[in-house]
Amino acid sequence: MEYEVIVGLETHAELATITKLFCGCSTKFGVEPNTQVCPVCLGMPGVLPVMNKKAFEYALKAAIALNCRIDEFTNFDRKSYYYPDLPKNYQISQNYYNLGVDGYMDISVNGTIRRIRIHNVHLEEEAGKLIHPEEISADYSLVDFNRAGVPLLEIVSYPDMRNVDEVESYMQTLRKILLYAEISDCKMQEGSLRFEASISLRKKGSDKLGNRVEIKNLNSMKSVLKAIEYEAKRQSEVLDRGGTVDRETRLWDEVSEKSARMRSKEEAQDYRYFPEPDLLPVLINEKWLSAIKASIPELPRERKQRFMEVFKLSDYDAGVITEEKVLADFFDECVKILDRPKAICNWIINDLLREVKDKKLDINNLPIKAKQLAVLVEIIEKGTISSTIAKEVFSEMIQTGKGPQTIIEEKKLVQISDEGLIEAVITKVISSNPDAIEDYKKGKKNALTFLVGQVMKETKGKANPKIVNEILAKKVGI
Amino acid sequence: MSKDIESRDVSLRLFEYTAHHLSAKILSKEICATDLVKHFLERIKSVEPHIRAYITINEEDALKKATEIDKKIGNGETTGLLAGIPVAVKDNICTKSLSTTCASKILKNFIPPYDAFVVKRLKEEDAIIIGKTNLDEFAMGSSTENSGYKITRNPWNPEYVPGGSSGGSAAAVAADLSMMALGSDTGGSVRQPAALCGIAGVKPTYGRVSRYGLVAFGSSLDQIGTLTNDVKDAAILLQVIAGYDSRDSTSMQVSVPDYLNGIDSGVNGLRIGIPKEYFAAGLNADVHNALKDALKLYERLGAKVIDMSLPHTEYAVAVYYIVANAEASSNLARYDGVRYGYRAPKSNGIIDMYSRTRSEGFGNEVKRRIMLGNYALSAGYYDAYYLKASKVRNLIKNDFDIAFQQVDCIICPTSPVPGFKIGERAKNPLEMYLSDIYTIPANLAGIPGISVPCGFSKEGLPIGMQILAKHFEEKKLLQIAYAFERETDFHLKKPVLKVSSEQR
Amino acid sequence: MKIGKKDIEYIANLSRIELSEHEKEMFVHQLSDILSYIGKISELNTENVTPMAYTIKASNVFKEDIPEPSISLEDVQLNAPDIKGVFFKVPKVIE
Ligand SMILES: [Mg+2]
Ligand SMILES: [Zn+2]
Repeated sequence: MEYEVIVGLETHAELATITKLFCGCSTKFGVEPNTQVCPVCLGMPGVLPVMNKKAFEYALKAAIALNCRIDEFTNFDRKSYYYPDLPKNYQISQNYYNLGVDGYMDISVNGTIRRIRIHNVHLEEEAGKLIHPEEISADYSLVDFNRAGVPLLEIVSYPDMRNVDEVESYMQTLRKILLYAEISDCKMQEGSLRFEASISLRKKGSDKLGNRVEIKNLNSMKSVLKAIEYEAKRQSEVLDRGGTVDRETRLWDEVSEKSARMRSKEEAQDYRYFPEPDLLPVLINEKWLSAIKASIPELPRERKQRFMEVFKLSDYDAGVITEEKVLADFFDECVKILDRPKAICNWIINDLLREVKDKKLDINNLPIKAKQLAVLVEIIEKGTISSTIAKEVFSEMIQTGKGPQTIIEEKKLVQISDEGLIEAVITKVISSNPDAIEDYKKGKKNALTFLVGQVMKETKGKANPKIVNEILAKKVGI
Repeated sequence: MSKDIESRDVSLRLFEYTAHHLSAKILSKEICATDLVKHFLERIKSVEPHIRAYITINEEDALKKATEIDKKIGNGETTGLLAGIPVAVKDNICTKSLSTTCASKILKNFIPPYDAFVVKRLKEEDAIIIGKTNLDEFAMGSSTENSGYKITRNPWNPEYVPGGSSGGSAAAVAADLSMMALGSDTGGSVRQPAALCGIAGVKPTYGRVSRYGLVAFGSSLDQIGTLTNDVKDAAILLQVIAGYDSRDSTSMQVSVPDYLNGIDSGVNGLRIGIPKEYFAAGLNADVHNALKDALKLYERLGAKVIDMSLPHTEYAVAVYYIVANAEASSNLARYDGVRYGYRAPKSNGIIDMYSRTRSEGFGNEVKRRIMLGNYALSAGYYDAYYLKASKVRNLIKNDFDIAFQQVDCIICPTSPVPGFKIGERAKNPLEMYLSDIYTIPANLAGIPGISVPCGFSKEGLPIGMQILAKHFEEKKLLQIAYAFERETDFHLKKPVLKVSSEQR
Repeated sequence: MKIGKKDIEYIANLSRIELSEHEKEMFVHQLSDILSYIGKISELNTENVTPMAYTIKASNVFKEDIPEPSISLEDVQLNAPDIKGVFFKVPKVIE
């Protein structure tokens, strides 16, 4: 039997505020456990939450960027469930009046645009972290509340995706939007961007949806895709055997690449949502909304469009450059200094990106500055160094962090354009390679290339190749 | 009548003064704070065993603080509004480094790492926190019988309850075990015990006093209030605790007027509303008569008494028990044995630890309310209970909005009965819930209320009169109450206590 | 509204409260009584009434994104029933 896979995603992104959602504790990652906590985020008796305005505005930004409808009234609800990393045993979230609803995001899959609808975007608080000791025999778990109360954006899609390509594009596109709008740093390895998938199958041609299975514990985009493939296969096998898929929540195991039941529908949580009485509603007026709208930087699609139109980059080049916001920013910065978009783009794509890939560098921490690359390109264009030397200078820049001019001066790499000097070298090369001259005269054109090479070798590659060619041609009498 | 008091033997009966009398004497160095605190501590030693108003007595710290204040006064430094005045604090209000139990075993030995906003204010105004008072566990009750530690007695008759849930605070003030006290009022928990103990109790407007540090029961209803010997003391204490706090999102940025200034403006021309629903069947005859007399007095003072109606009153208790307990069920979810408080010693996994901890740590009334609240919020029942109740709540508030277009205040009994005996209602939760029938509507509407003594029952138990006004009209309430107090002596009557020493 | 033992068991579990058989019986009776009293609100027509969760007419209360000091680890763990190093220790949690 052939089935269609129906996938919806729930995304959680930690917002890029410096303090938590309801208290003044820092959100810094990777500090000593339980040192970024206070009575409020520990859920001590008697404490009250006060909403972080920045976090709320980030969520608003996201709702706008995802084309949501934003109603004038929104408020917060308590979502109750017991878990040791949830200090109050309820999470302050939104349920009845989400901040953004009925949005969409356009994704590109193999050159075609698909519109994935967004059910809602809302703001909530992060939980702490549970640590399970290595020894399996240990009868305890440990809790660190540093993450508890960090602002979290939840984005719920409609089940509009039909294959892993679409899912991958959805995740990448969403990540890019959040990064471009400076809403979240989207560091998956730090857990600041997480996904949960819901998957169901339906017979090709039928409009009857199968039971939905939710999958949690997906720690990377790769896991999401693998888990969906695994789940689609599992469900189709169940259906082919004539069985029915249970409505349940499953946990993905990254090591075994399998999922297992966490809880069935019967054990489904009863969250008992009700309006959070400790926080007052938020009313969003037009003035505020337009100010937020104005504060949203150029999003990836517009950025790519601009690069193609203004800088005449190809679709491919513009795509690569805008894939990562840091790269696009880097490019913009370079062309602001030096108006040579094509050359700069080439250096970024061919050289910078290769270095980053080879050395497995963090893309957020580029090894050179925009100014340095712009100066390098300028030097090449001026003819101060040859493009061969330029490659050497570039690799030195990456290694040492020094600017191109410093390197050129230190290593005396300035191109030789002094015709007298070059002529002297050519004379020397001709006299010590009489065979080559002979060959050339017999019609072997590449003998000339050999001679050029010898001149470059003599000058350690610094001779201006254009001048070398000119003088050499004269000398051998063309 | 107050002259009467002042002529008494100062050295022995300091505790019978009100704060507004005493602060002047402390400032003029007629009395020193240390002596005053010592007097109270001694009295607590002899009287407390019969009243059992306190969970914790802050003896050492109180004496230390008194010495500091005396030094301050000696040095001519400026001192706060409550310099040297002993204040008792209900044990559901957090005090830094001083145990805060909510009268629950689940918070036995809990030491807050921070001060509630109101406690910070008390300290800033140089008040002396003399101890933490008993309450119904987590403020859930109307008799202080639901305490996990002790049952507080009504100073007027130890067989009777002091009311609740701020029964410890009310009894402490009535028995002169503290000069003043703070309580909390979710459905009448300040006003009802004030009435039953014959003192003044103010529940401010929701948003008038910061809830930061008040252990939450029903978050949309809770408000910290004052329990004092008279209306002027209420004005002073409210002056100290009222005001905006950036840590409480529901605390309002409304300026705090001078509550004492113009408190004697009288009630001439004032329109007093008498809601017929509050004078219906079930109202005790003594209470009814005391109220009738009070209204006659107000008329004599120039006020106009107007019959009116608050038609949705009969639904208030039902709405309250849904809303308050729904909120409570989630507010009390945090007591799980993970970060603080009691943890059951033996358990089999995390869920078992939760269930045992909570079963062993909470008393029956708390369990009942948590379950009721969870039921009202659970899948399939939310619309019929919580949502419906929220709508009816709107109708109840609307009743008041309409009423206050016609009248300046509403006067009614605080409690339908002058009091009840310990154990009398303990077995029937529903009957206990109906004790708050007259006080609950103000919490649902968020409006302020005051209870002042207005008579005594045949059994000699005090009777309270409740005055309600519009949002943020505490000043008007105090004026109206003071106009009555000035003409009567109910607030000056003191219970005759059984005490073990020579003090009385 | 009458509720039964099953209901009590369900809400006791939601509430993370363990009840003995005797307690279940007691609470079935008490909660049934209370619920039938509370049920009187259903007689009111509230078709056009908006639910009221807040008694004050205010909105948009925020704090700025400015750090404030956290509390010391000593204060964090002061009341903890069980700790291990810098962590809170709880019975094993199995997902
Ligand atoms: Mg969520
Ligand atoms: Zn914090």
